[in-house]
Amino acid sequence: MGLRELVEYHELLYFLVWRDIKVRYKQSVLGAAWAIIQPFTTMVVFTIFFNRLAGVGSGEIPYPLFSYAGLLPWIFFAQGLSQSSNSLVGSANLIRKVYFPRVVVPMSSILSGLVDFALAFVVLVAMMGFYGVRPAASIVALPLFVLLALVAALGVGLWLAALNVEYRDIRYVVPFIIQLWLFVTPVIYPSASVVAKLEESGLPGWLYGLNPMAGVVEGFRWGLFGGTAPGPILLASVGSSLVLLISGAMYFWRVEETFADVV
Amino acid sequence: MSDLAIKIEDLAKRYRIGSQVGSYKTFREALTGLAQAPWRRLQSIRSARRGEGDNTLWALDGVDLEIPAGEPIAIIGPNGAGKTTLLKVLSRITKPTRGRVELHGRVGSLLEVGTGFHPELSGRENIFLNGAILGMRKTEILRKFDEIVAFSEVDRFIDTAVKHYSSGMYVRLAFAVAAHLEPEILLVDEVLAVGDVQFQKKCMGKMGEVGRQGRTVLFVSHNMTAVKALCSRAILLRDGKVAAQGDTIDVVKEYQRQTSIGGSAERTWRVENAPGNKIARLLAVRIRDASGNVGSDIDSQQPFKIEIDFENLTDRALLGTSVILHNEEGECVLSTISNNDPAWHGKMRPRGTYRSCCQMPASLFPDGPLLISVVIWGDNYKWGFTENEVAIVQIHETAGSARGDFLKRMDGVVRPALPWTSEPIGTPANEPEATRR
Repeated sequence: MGLRELVEYHELLYFLVWRDIKVRYKQSVLGAAWAIIQPFTTMVVFTIFFNRLAGVGSGEIPYPLFSYAGLLPWIFFAQGLSQSSNSLVGSANLIRKVYFPRVVVPMSSILSGLVDFALAFVVLVAMMGFYGVRPAASIVALPLFVLLALVAALGVGLWLAALNVEYRDIRYVVPFIIQLWLFVTPVIYPSASVVAKLEESGLPGWLYGLNPMAGVVEGFRWGLFGGTAPGPILLASVGSSLVLLISGAMYFWRVEETFADVV
Repeated sequence: MSDLAIKIEDLAKRYRIGSQVGSYKTFREALTGLAQAPWRRLQSIRSARRGEGDNTLWALDGVDLEIPAGEPIAIIGPNGAGKTTLLKVLSRITKPTRGRVELHGRVGSLLEVGTGFHPELSGRENIFLNGAILGMRKTEILRKFDEIVAFSEVDRFIDTAVKHYSSGMYVRLAFAVAAHLEPEILLVDEVLAVGDVQFQKKCMGKMGEVGRQGRTVLFVSHNMTAVKALCSRAILLRDGKVAAQGDTIDVVKEYQRQTSIGGSAERTWRVENAPGNKIARLLAVRIRDASGNVGSDIDSQQPFKIEIDFENLTDRALLGTSVILHNEEGECVLSTISNNDPAWHGKMRPRGTYRSCCQMPASLFPDGPLLISVVIWGDNYKWGFTENEVAIVQIHETAGSARGDFLKRMDGVVRPALPWTSEPIGTPANEPEATRR
């Protein structure tokens, strides 16, 4: 239904992404540097407090590298959520005056985060060089995990964007959701510790993968550093991401006709 | 290919007026709403029994239309008749409550020029962005780029961020992009009311050109001169229904006839819904003819009065009123302000109701309706609120009026009876003297 139209309007999607990126870097003094400063300082703080003071371990990988590699997909996801949830309301003027498939608005706000991601990735490569960690052969799978992060962000983003049009207090909920979500995602700590606890209490370890970002972060680290491939967790995350995306798209398409009247 | 461009059957669109103010809900409201649902259902059954719920408005109410392809068609009607809603439904921005629409061909809509312009981006970048938003392909924009820039007359500043543009340049660029959209069906809402006269003429020319190329144009306007010049057929909407359609000249005439009948000499508000703010509220506006009767039919050779009743809600308020008159073409005829009121201008008014009165002189206005808007302002013009088109005066020219025995069209927003004289300044005998000079 909405997919064919989306193909028809792919150029608009492209222009909106391009506008978001252009405007973001035009208006800020530090411009592109922001994309690096945020994950880097977070990594420094995590390393001092969680690794040095609280003693959170990261196996063979140096903790700074471990947490930075987890932060990259996480920040992409978190920013996607906060940008997309407010995107429709922010484009109210456009929505009231012109017709186009509304889904391009939250989509573009998530896609434009890929540029920040790419910039931060350059620092990751430099850090790997600094610590002398060589990329594993599994690095070829890395783009797939970026794609999975995109699917998860889009799934949740569509839900939040559409809900925010109708219920304006969603915007107060989103920062809170993001904050909590970070703690249930293996950014600060390795997922193995959670899986072990789950199995100890007689539950299957893949339950952790119901958080789509668990599979994304785990898979991203595996792609970079190798080790044992995340099997059941990853499958569960792929499943939950797809469920979120499909349900989000269905909800979005059901309510988008009324956006112009309520936004 | 069908000869019809648009076919509309029983189209209706309902708005909830209450929800227009605070259009969005909060989660809390939704949750309490769940608890109240049975009670609310009971209420809605009751209000359904009473007839229409008072907080809904049918912006469109059973519109049937068949619009042939390749013709510019005007949609006219008073404010709130549903013109813009019709365009919004046709352009798929909003979904109708009832009825169906068939569109044959790509639809482009210009409900407002410059939607999606980003102030931080340059003129060049905005052309691409805005073009994409309006539904143009990149190749199409590239092909027309030079033409768009030339049309907009901003070529020197094309790489400057549009936030540095003057409002005129901004609008010219925005219209230029929109004017180069080439859909089979073009929906235009009042965009010609922008820019200077020169540019307006250019826009009109472009619109006419689009029409001549065999594309369907639906043109919503209050400007009857533009409507008559651009469209051969017109549709008159009133209260969400088609009131008349056919030849533009006839439909415009019908509209003007209806407007004058609908001319209301008096409008009053109940305290609960009186327009106003914390300091003052408007209670009534009425028109009195020379003999003091309330009425909207005024002989152009007689003076008349406009009375504004308002309430002062605070104890010491500096309040004043203004009147703005528009003619049926939407042109402003005059505005006048109560700052020469000898009793109260510049003086604090105690709490209470007041009547402000403006005397309009005889022999000033031409034949036709005058739409009256009033403003209540205060604190040395620091704030003010306007109520548009609250009453209509119908001016009638009678024998002895300023037009005299001339019965053809006379232009101008005013038609005062100006004294004319002429006198001989020479006889044929003086002629050589004149040629010598």
